[in-house]
Amino acid sequence: MITRLTHASIYVLDQDSAYDFYVNKLGFEEKMKIPIGEDAFWLTVAPRNQKEIEITLMPINKGGMFDKEASARLSEMVRKGTFGFGVFECENIYATYEELKSKGVEFTKEPKEEFYGIEAMFKDDSGNWFSLTQFKKQ
Amino acid sequence: MQRNEIPKAYLYSQVVQAKLYIENNYDKEINLELISREAAFSKFHFLRLFRKSFGLTPNQFLTEVRLENAKKLFTQGVSVQDVCWQVGFDSLSSFSNLFKRKFGTSPTSYVQLNRNIKKEAIENPLKFIPDCFAENFNWKE
Repeated sequence: MITRLTHASIYVLDQDSAYDFYVNKLGFEEKMKIPIGEDAFWLTVAPRNQKEIEITLMPINKGGMFDKEASARLSEMVRKGTFGFGVFECENIYATYEELKSKGVEFTKEPKEEFYGIEAMFKDDSGNWFSLTQFKKQ
Repeated sequence: MQRNEIPKAYLYSQVVQAKLYIENNYDKEINLELISREAAFSKFHFLRLFRKSFGLTPNQFLTEVRLENAKKLFTQGVSVQDVCWQVGFDSLSSFSNLFKRKFGTSPTSYVQLNRNIKKEAIENPLKFIPDCFAENFNWKE
Protein backbone atom coordinates (compact mmCIF):
# COMPACT_ATOMS: atom_id res chain seq x y z
CA MET A 1 0.00 0.00 0.00
CA ILE A 2 1.39 3.38 -0.94
CA THR A 3 1.19 5.68 2.06
CA ARG A 4 2.55 9.05 0.98
CA LEU A 5 4.47 11.09 -1.57
CA THR A 6 7.96 12.04 -0.43
CA HIS A 7 9.64 13.49 -3.54
CA ALA A 8 8.24 15.29 -6.56
CA SER A 9 10.34 16.73 -9.38
CA ILE A 10 10.10 19.98 -11.24
CA TYR A 11 12.32 20.47 -14.28
CA VAL A 12 14.06 23.82 -14.21
CA LEU A 13 16.20 25.67 -16.73
CA ASP A 14 18.69 27.04 -14.23
CA GLN A 15 19.14 25.75 -10.70
CA ASP A 16 20.61 28.97 -9.27
CA SER A 17 17.72 31.00 -10.58
CA ALA A 18 15.24 28.32 -9.43
CA TYR A 19 16.78 28.41 -5.95
CA ASP A 20 16.25 32.15 -5.81
CA PHE A 21 12.66 31.77 -6.99
CA TYR A 22 11.58 28.97 -4.67
CA VAL A 23 13.54 29.99 -1.57
CA ASN A 24 13.69 33.78 -1.74
CA LYS A 25 10.43 34.53 -3.52
CA LEU A 26 8.07 31.70 -2.58
CA GLY A 27 9.71 31.42 0.85
CA PHE A 28 10.31 27.68 0.69
CA GLU A 29 12.85 25.98 2.89
CA GLU A 30 16.01 24.56 1.38
CA LYS A 31 16.08 20.88 2.33
CA MET A 32 19.19 19.69 0.45
CA LYS A 33 21.76 21.36 -1.74
CA ILE A 34 24.52 18.95 -2.59
CA PRO A 35 26.94 19.43 -5.48
CA ILE A 36 26.58 16.49 -7.83
CA GLY A 37 27.60 15.69 -11.38
CA GLU A 38 28.91 18.41 -13.61
CA ASP A 39 27.99 21.82 -12.32
CA ALA A 40 24.69 20.61 -10.87
CA PHE A 41 23.12 20.14 -7.46
CA TRP A 42 20.83 17.73 -5.76
CA LEU A 43 18.52 20.55 -4.83
CA THR A 44 15.34 20.03 -2.86
CA VAL A 45 12.96 22.53 -1.28
CA ALA A 46 9.64 22.42 0.55
CA PRO A 47 6.96 24.77 1.83
CA ARG A 48 7.98 25.69 5.38
CA ASN A 49 4.98 24.04 6.98
CA GLN A 50 5.13 20.83 5.01
CA LYS A 51 8.18 18.96 6.20
CA GLU A 52 7.32 15.56 4.74
CA ILE A 53 7.78 16.36 1.07
CA GLU A 54 10.83 17.39 -0.92
CA ILE A 55 10.41 19.10 -4.25
CA THR A 56 13.48 18.35 -6.32
CA LEU A 57 14.48 21.10 -8.71
CA MET A 58 15.95 19.02 -11.48
CA PRO A 59 18.25 20.56 -14.05
CA ILE A 60 17.25 19.75 -17.61
CA ASN A 61 20.57 20.28 -19.25
CA LYS A 62 22.96 18.93 -16.64
CA GLY A 63 23.61 15.27 -16.04
CA GLY A 64 22.81 12.30 -18.19
CA MET A 65 19.05 11.82 -18.13
CA PHE A 66 18.48 13.69 -21.37
CA ASP A 67 20.55 13.72 -24.51
CA LYS A 68 21.29 17.06 -26.15
CA GLU A 69 18.25 17.00 -28.41
CA ALA A 70 15.82 15.96 -25.67
CA SER A 71 17.28 18.57 -23.36
CA ALA A 72 16.80 21.32 -25.96
CA ARG A 73 13.23 20.22 -26.66
CA LEU A 74 12.29 19.93 -23.02
CA SER A 75 13.85 23.31 -22.25
CA GLU A 76 11.78 24.87 -24.98
CA MET A 77 8.58 23.26 -23.70
CA VAL A 78 9.25 24.35 -20.12
CA ARG A 79 10.04 27.87 -21.28
CA LYS A 80 6.78 28.00 -23.24
CA GLY A 81 4.79 27.08 -20.14
CA THR A 82 3.73 23.61 -21.29
CA PHE A 83 3.90 22.04 -17.85
CA GLY A 84 1.82 22.60 -14.77
CA PHE A 85 3.21 20.84 -11.75
CA GLY A 86 0.66 21.21 -9.04
CA VAL A 87 -1.43 23.17 -6.62
CA PHE A 88 -0.01 25.13 -3.70
CA GLU A 89 -2.40 25.87 -0.88
CA CYS A 90 -2.39 29.08 1.14
CA GLU A 91 -4.40 30.39 4.06
CA ASN A 92 -5.13 33.84 2.71
CA ILE A 93 -4.90 34.12 -1.04
CA TYR A 94 -5.25 37.89 -1.25
CA ALA A 95 -2.33 38.48 1.12
CA THR A 96 -0.23 35.77 -0.53
CA TYR A 97 -1.02 37.10 -4.00
CA GLU A 98 0.00 40.63 -3.03
CA GLU A 99 3.14 39.41 -1.31
CA LEU A 100 4.34 37.24 -4.19
CA LYS A 101 3.50 39.91 -6.73
CA SER A 102 5.54 42.43 -4.78
CA LYS A 103 8.45 39.98 -4.87
CA GLY A 104 8.25 39.78 -8.65
CA VAL A 105 6.31 36.55 -9.14
CA GLU A 106 4.44 36.56 -12.45
CA PHE A 107 0.77 35.70 -12.16
CA THR A 108 -1.26 34.47 -15.11
CA LYS A 109 -4.57 34.52 -13.22
CA GLU A 110 -5.67 36.88 -10.48
CA PRO A 111 -7.50 35.42 -7.45
CA LYS A 112 -10.90 34.27 -8.63
CA GLU A 113 -13.71 32.46 -6.84
CA GLU A 114 -14.11 28.87 -8.04
CA PHE A 115 -16.42 26.17 -6.69
CA TYR A 116 -13.56 24.72 -4.58
CA GLY A 117 -12.18 28.01 -3.25
CA ILE A 118 -10.30 31.05 -4.54
CA GLU A 119 -7.59 30.37 -7.08
CA ALA A 120 -4.79 32.29 -8.75
CA MET A 121 -2.08 30.99 -11.06
CA PHE A 122 1.57 31.85 -11.36
CA LYS A 123 4.68 30.80 -13.24
CA ASP A 124 8.08 29.96 -11.84
CA ASP A 125 11.28 31.46 -13.25
CA SER A 126 11.55 28.64 -15.81
CA GLY A 127 7.97 28.80 -17.09
CA ASN A 128 6.33 25.99 -15.09
CA TRP A 129 2.89 26.99 -13.88
CA PHE A 130 1.13 26.37 -10.61
CA SER A 131 -2.22 26.96 -9.03
CA LEU A 132 -2.29 28.92 -5.80
CA THR A 133 -5.50 28.12 -3.99
CA GLN A 134 -7.26 29.03 -0.80
CA PHE A 135 -9.63 26.09 -0.46
CA LYS A 136 -13.13 26.48 0.89
CA LYS A 137 -13.36 25.44 4.50
CA GLN A 138 -15.40 22.24 4.82
CA MET B 1 -14.46 56.74 2.86
CA GLN B 2 -15.70 54.10 5.32
CA ARG B 3 -13.26 51.41 6.41
CA ASN B 4 -15.36 48.67 4.77
CA GLU B 5 -15.14 50.51 1.46
CA ILE B 6 -11.35 50.32 1.27
CA PRO B 7 -10.45 47.93 -1.57
CA LYS B 8 -9.16 44.54 -0.45
CA ALA B 9 -6.09 44.80 -2.69
CA TYR B 10 -5.07 48.08 -1.01
CA LEU B 11 -5.48 46.67 2.50
CA TYR B 12 -3.45 43.60 1.68
CA SER B 13 -0.76 45.50 -0.18
CA GLN B 14 -0.30 47.68 2.93
CA VAL B 15 0.00 44.71 5.26
CA VAL B 16 2.34 42.96 2.82
CA GLN B 17 4.59 46.04 2.86
CA ALA B 18 4.71 45.74 6.65
CA LYS B 19 5.64 42.07 6.36
CA LEU B 20 8.39 42.86 3.86
CA TYR B 21 9.65 45.60 6.16
CA ILE B 22 10.02 43.04 8.95
CA GLU B 23 11.74 40.57 6.59
CA ASN B 24 14.22 43.22 5.49
CA ASN B 25 14.88 44.75 8.92
CA TYR B 26 14.61 41.78 11.28
CA ASP B 27 18.12 42.39 12.58
CA LYS B 28 17.20 45.86 13.88
CA GLU B 29 14.97 46.99 16.68
CA ILE B 30 11.52 47.05 15.12
CA ASN B 31 8.82 49.37 16.31
CA LEU B 32 5.49 47.78 15.45
CA GLU B 33 3.61 50.93 16.41
CA LEU B 34 5.53 52.79 13.72
CA ILE B 35 4.94 50.06 11.13
CA SER B 36 1.20 50.06 11.74
CA ARG B 37 1.13 53.84 11.45
CA GLU B 38 3.09 53.72 8.19
CA ALA B 39 0.67 51.11 6.92
CA ALA B 40 -2.06 53.65 7.69
CA PHE B 41 -3.85 51.44 10.21
CA SER B 42 -4.65 51.72 13.85
CA LYS B 43 -2.46 49.35 15.87
CA PHE B 44 -5.42 47.12 16.65
CA HIS B 45 -6.59 46.92 13.03
CA PHE B 46 -3.04 46.27 11.84
CA LEU B 47 -2.55 43.40 14.29
CA ARG B 48 -5.87 41.86 13.31
CA LEU B 49 -5.23 42.11 9.56
CA PHE B 50 -1.64 40.86 9.87
CA ARG B 51 -2.78 37.81 11.77
CA LYS B 52 -5.62 37.16 9.35
CA SER B 53 -3.19 37.41 6.43
CA PHE B 54 -0.27 35.37 7.71
CA GLY B 55 -1.58 33.36 10.65
CA LEU B 56 0.86 35.01 13.09
CA THR B 57 1.08 38.27 14.99
CA PRO B 58 3.80 40.67 13.75
CA ASN B 59 5.89 39.82 16.83
CA GLN B 60 5.56 36.09 16.26
CA PHE B 61 6.49 36.62 12.63
CA LEU B 62 9.53 38.70 13.58
CA THR B 63 10.73 35.90 15.85
CA GLU B 64 10.19 33.35 13.06
CA VAL B 65 12.20 35.44 10.60
CA ARG B 66 15.01 35.88 13.10
CA LEU B 67 15.18 32.16 13.84
CA GLU B 68 15.09 31.15 10.17
CA ASN B 69 17.90 33.57 9.44
CA ALA B 70 19.84 32.21 12.39
CA LYS B 71 19.67 28.78 10.75
CA LYS B 72 21.02 30.22 7.51
CA LEU B 73 23.92 31.90 9.33
CA PHE B 74 24.77 28.67 11.11
CA THR B 75 25.21 26.95 7.77
CA GLN B 76 27.75 29.65 6.91
CA GLY B 77 29.80 28.81 9.99
CA VAL B 78 28.94 31.86 12.13
CA SER B 79 29.25 31.24 15.89
CA VAL B 80 26.14 30.89 18.09
CA GLN B 81 26.81 34.11 19.96
CA ASP B 82 27.44 36.14 16.80
CA VAL B 83 24.32 34.71 15.17
CA CYS B 84 22.27 35.68 18.20
CA TRP B 85 23.30 39.35 17.91
CA GLN B 86 23.27 39.43 14.13
CA VAL B 87 19.64 38.34 13.84
CA GLY B 88 18.49 40.89 16.38
CA PHE B 89 18.18 39.08 19.72
CA ASP B 90 19.68 40.80 22.71
CA SER B 91 19.77 37.78 24.99
CA LEU B 92 21.59 34.55 24.25
CA SER B 93 19.39 32.55 26.60
CA SER B 94 16.11 33.73 25.10
CA PHE B 95 17.54 33.08 21.61
CA SER B 96 18.54 29.54 22.62
CA ASN B 97 15.16 28.84 24.19
CA LEU B 98 13.21 30.11 21.22
CA PHE B 99 15.46 28.22 18.80
CA LYS B 100 15.01 25.00 20.71
CA ARG B 101 11.26 25.47 20.92
CA LYS B 102 11.00 25.98 17.17
CA PHE B 103 13.49 23.46 15.84
CA GLY B 104 13.57 20.94 18.68
CA THR B 105 17.31 21.24 19.16
CA SER B 106 19.65 23.74 20.78
CA PRO B 107 21.70 26.07 18.54
CA THR B 108 24.91 24.30 19.56
CA SER B 109 23.53 20.85 18.69
CA TYR B 110 22.13 22.22 15.44
CA VAL B 111 25.54 23.61 14.45
CA GLN B 112 27.20 20.28 15.21
CA LEU B 113 24.56 18.28 13.33
CA ASN B 114 24.75 20.61 10.37
CA ARG B 115 28.53 20.37 10.28
CA ASN B 116 28.36 16.57 10.28
CA ILE B 117 25.75 16.46 7.52
CA LYS B 118 27.73 18.90 5.39
CA LYS B 119 30.89 16.86 5.78
CA GLU B 120 29.06 13.63 4.97
CA ALA B 121 27.35 15.21 1.95
CA ILE B 122 30.69 16.25 0.50
CA GLU B 123 32.34 12.91 1.15
CA ASN B 124 29.41 10.74 0.17
CA PRO B 125 26.72 12.72 -1.69
CA LEU B 126 24.89 9.64 -2.96
CA LYS B 127 23.95 8.79 0.59
CA PHE B 128 21.45 11.65 0.47
CA ILE B 129 19.96 11.00 -2.95
CA PRO B 130 17.35 8.37 -3.81
CA ASP B 131 19.04 5.77 -5.99
CA CYS B 132 16.51 6.11 -8.81
CA PHE B 133 17.58 9.71 -9.39
CA ALA B 134 21.28 8.96 -9.11
CA GLU B 135 20.89 6.10 -11.59
CA ASN B 136 18.86 7.99 -14.18
CA PHE B 137 21.04 11.08 -14.05
CA ASN B 138 24.23 9.05 -14.27
CA TRP B 139 25.44 10.51 -11.01
CA LYS B 140 26.81 7.20 -9.84
CA GLU B 141 29.64 7.25 -12.34
